Amino acid sequence: MPEVGLTHYLVVSIVLFCLGLLALVTRRNAVLMLMGIEFILNAANINLIAFSRFQGLNLDGHVFALFVIILAAAEAAVALAIVLHIYRMYNTVEADQIANLKE
Amino acid sequence: MELTILFYVFAALTLLPALVVVFSRSLIHAAFSLLFTFMGVAGLYVLLNADFIAVAQIMVYIGGILILLVFGVMLTRRPTDVDIQTSVMKTLPATIVVAAVLGTLLVTLVPAQWIQIDDMPAIDGTALEIGELLMTTFILPFEVAGILLLVAVMGAALIARKPKEL
Repeated sequence: MPEVGLTHYLVVSIVLFCLGLLALVTRRNAVLMLMGIEFILNAANINLIAFSRFQGLNLDGHVFALFVIILAAAEAAVALAIVLHIYRMYNTVEADQIANLKE
Repeated sequence: MELTILFYVFAALTLLPALVVVFSRSLIHAAFSLLFTFMGVAGLYVLLNADFIAVAQIMVYIGGILILLVFGVMLTRRPTDVDIQTSVMKTLPATIVVAAVLGTLLVTLVPAQWIQIDDMPAIDGTALEIGELLMTTFILPFEVAGILLLVAVMGAALIARKPKEL
């Protein structure tokens, strides 16, 4: 078994990113689309941490990843508030049934 | 050798539940699979010597975002729906495009010759250094992130509350 290097982590990150993209574009439910976004952000974070580690533990990457986590938390809170509001207005969160900009 | 096995364990723990999120028809299964994906990513961070980020990942993602998402699943359904199901749309074109993206990324990034330093500086955890960086070099982004979180909390509360009768 070969030693685990940067490329191994990159492959995991690429696959996670593509799964997130697939969830984002194929899922009808808005909450599942949000889960896809979280996958994409996690894939970016794996990349940041992996490059940071294989540059001799350059901690700038860790700080950047920390900010990504902060942004993900803020994004999840606001996005779920919007989803709840949409559910109250349309009684559904299926993305293809929400076609009106204004009631 | 043990680290190699651990890497594959955590990679599988990350990617297999992610497949459930993408392809499962049950929203609850997807929400619970997310738990394992986030744990797997935290494990990968530990393998990459990022102890502080791993703990932050567990606290913020599993303790915060996952709970929010489960609340989102629970609140956005009619009380009559016992089993929450959801379908997919435009699967074939989406799969083709995503497969193309996957292929491009793999072909580009995997053969690339990255500069790779394998030996580690002898340090005892990263929390101290990250704290120093946050309070010196990155003090402005740190403060801006604080304001952003405050604004996000206020905005989320404002958007999600029941509209008042005027």
